[in-house]
Amino acid sequence: MLKTMLKATVFAATLAVSAGAFHAPAFADTVYNRGSAAEPESLDPHKTSTIYEADILRDLFQGLVMQDAKANVVPGAAESWTVSDDGTVYTFKLRKDGVWSDGSPVTAEDFVYSFRRLEDPATGAEYASMLYPIKGAEDANTKKGKLEDMGVKAIDDHTLEITLNAPTPYFLEMLTHQANYPVNKASIEKLGADWIKPGKLVSNGAYTLAEWVPNDHIKLVKNPKFWAADTVKLDTVNYITTEDRSSAMKRFEAGELDSYNDLPTEQLADLKAKFGDKIHIGPYLGTFYFAIKTDKAPWDNVDLRNAISMAIDRDFLAEKVWQNSMLPGYSMVPPGIEGYTPSMAKFADMAQIDREDEATKILSKLGYGPDKPLKMQIRYNTSENNKNTAVAIQEQLKPLGVDVSLINTDTKTHYAFLEQKGDYDLARAGWIADYKDPETFLGISRAASGNNYSRYNSPKFEEAMNKAAADGGQPEKRMKDLADAEQIMIDDVGNIPLLYYSYKDIVSPKLHGFVDNVMDVHPSRFISKD
Amino acid sequence: MLLYVLRRLLTAIPTLFVIVTLAFFLIRVAPGGPFNQERGLSPEIKANLEAEYGLNDPLWLQYGHYLKNLSHGDFGPSYNLPDFTVGELFARGLPISIQLGASALVLALLLGCLLGTVAALNQNRWGDYAVIALATAGSTIPTFVIAPIIQLVFGLSWKLLPVGGWGGGAMLNKIGPVLTLALPQIAIVARLMRGSMIEALRSHHIRTARALGLSDWSVVVRHALRGAILPIVSFTGPAAAALLTGSIIVETIFAIPGVGRYFVDAALNRDYTLVMGTVVVIAIFTIVFNLIVDIMYAVVDPRVRYD
Repeated sequence: MLKTMLKATVFAATLAVSAGAFHAPAFADTVYNRGSAAEPESLDPHKTSTIYEADILRDLFQGLVMQDAKANVVPGAAESWTVSDDGTVYTFKLRKDGVWSDGSPVTAEDFVYSFRRLEDPATGAEYASMLYPIKGAEDANTKKGKLEDMGVKAIDDHTLEITLNAPTPYFLEMLTHQANYPVNKASIEKLGADWIKPGKLVSNGAYTLAEWVPNDHIKLVKNPKFWAADTVKLDTVNYITTEDRSSAMKRFEAGELDSYNDLPTEQLADLKAKFGDKIHIGPYLGTFYFAIKTDKAPWDNVDLRNAISMAIDRDFLAEKVWQNSMLPGYSMVPPGIEGYTPSMAKFADMAQIDREDEATKILSKLGYGPDKPLKMQIRYNTSENNKNTAVAIQEQLKPLGVDVSLINTDTKTHYAFLEQKGDYDLARAGWIADYKDPETFLGISRAASGNNYSRYNSPKFEEAMNKAAADGGQPEKRMKDLADAEQIMIDDVGNIPLLYYSYKDIVSPKLHGFVDNVMDVHPSRFISKD
Repeated sequence: MLLYVLRRLLTAIPTLFVIVTLAFFLIRVAPGGPFNQERGLSPEIKANLEAEYGLNDPLWLQYGHYLKNLSHGDFGPSYNLPDFTVGELFARGLPISIQLGASALVLALLLGCLLGTVAALNQNRWGDYAVIALATAGSTIPTFVIAPIIQLVFGLSWKLLPVGGWGGGAMLNKIGPVLTLALPQIAIVARLMRGSMIEALRSHHIRTARALGLSDWSVVVRHALRGAILPIVSFTGPAAAALLTGSIIVETIFAIPGVGRYFVDAALNRDYTLVMGTVVVIAIFTIVFNLIVDIMYAVVDPRVRYD
């Protein structure tokens, strides 16, 4: 009897211990080890530019509006807003329970300070243009006007009035960009450049900055003062930089990373076979294109540009060179923007063989042939896939009698060359959307744009773009105008779009709320982990 | 001896000055600047940025500023990691690279000398062939092959080590990188040691020692080793400077936050101040270790005198 009781007690004790051990993880912190392919350059919202920084800043800060798990615009620091009938005055009502991580309230004045800081030439903000639709912002940033004259006004503590130059339907989308997040005036004035350091950074988002070991990890911990803190499920988010894609796959497999935001393209087929639905690939708002020098003979001839564009086998590039991590592209604006249908090149539906025949015909009509081969140079910034793309195109154009030579330089040299309007024939370039609107992709072909490497200059295109801007108050009409503008540029072959980018993530099944979307935006506050 | 050291340290200053000057102007000859990127900046925004960093001043003025700041130990801000100064980046990364490099160096010297000696004592027998085979493999298989193999075997298959990461400096996280760094060095040291030991064992004073009936142990350790170690000492100087300042391959593959990556990244990013920082650090390491080698020579080889 005694023995039985003893046994029972021991059994109960063992049960209690093991039960405790079993339940312990539930009480422990939930930690999300979020792998990232690159180190952020800066965590000062006004000094950042990359998508890797955007992920972290989205967790730390709250703009007037934010993106949800599907990258749709949702209220952020502002709980509601109204737009004037003419579409130029936005009045934001800030939420009363919005506070900084030091407990002080987030006020309209904070946004006035932050927006002026972004435009202040002394800040040297790369993304100052993210507020250029605001009246006086561009002037202030380019020293033609005063910061105080910007159309940003605090009506009271919780009411912010923003006046725009013209109706800008994508203004709310732009406000989700990290450059437009608020920063804390008191801590910047007190700490100077050190305000951004771990433990000191005052932010207003779902997380605060606990640690930053450069090139190792950034540790964010849940901000208990965040207005929606009760909905935030992860206690800790570690952004773990692993530049080497192959190592990252092994770290994921070993459980050191719960997700990773890039994949080694050359291993894609194997990875898909091995990891199954842990691999997330889908259309992303980005275009890989070749700029073509439209203001230089012989490339000033539209027919010639069209022949070259037509002859390039995009399916081959997407499938063989990029292992289906890219999609064949025939428009500058990739698909995926609601309300917009991209304008494709006319030959998009033709069979590749017919396209090659057509291109050969055009070339011989222009006098090119075996006796007089067309010479063409492709410049690209050094990377394995850029090289393979250029080599594939070289091979594809060879049967047409086009003699392609290749030049590669490192990224800085490449873009410095393009920006200084250097002499070239074709040059590799890419564009990723800052906000969900066709404008971001079409703006780079405008004559005045610094990114117009092709030197494309078409009065018809400019006119169509201006018409779209003038129709800013009528979103549907504006989208049609933009599609018209894109068709003009595509028919003119102002650039040669080749591929649409895809997002490439690997995600542990333990994570929930990691929703695939065209912006590849995944705020940690909507993610939970088993 | 002290005078000699002082003299060497004093001559290091003009050497450093020449290196800094050359590097300062050479990196600016490379096309492009820190603010050229995929997404071009408007000329106004670029002007704002350049004004912020004083890059719009005439080059001689920038050079003057740089030298002045450098003489106060201020390396300036990093252009591409503006939240940190170059000094902060090195203060965080250098100790990590030094830990890994020093461990690898010690391991390489101990194992390399041991293997080399074993090979020399067993010349043209299986022990010798085994060491030669190992050394050839070690020095011909590149680190970017060794590192993933270590990750696969120890990290994924046997689950003994983490695949990557610094882990706040945990012991287990260091093993993979140290092994990867050490293997090629072990190979080099073993081959050097084997050669010089064979030569030393053939020398007259060793024959005399043997003739006097000294034990093998005594002959090898007390007499031959002293002469045989000299090539290792001169190898150690540059090897130490290279190992302690980090390796981009090892640090990238194992995701280690050392300074090795800065040598390449900074140059590619045209992060002028970070490039200069790495140049100065490598130069100092090289100068100091060459000095240490020369002092070691005097200690090991009684024929060498610096007076």
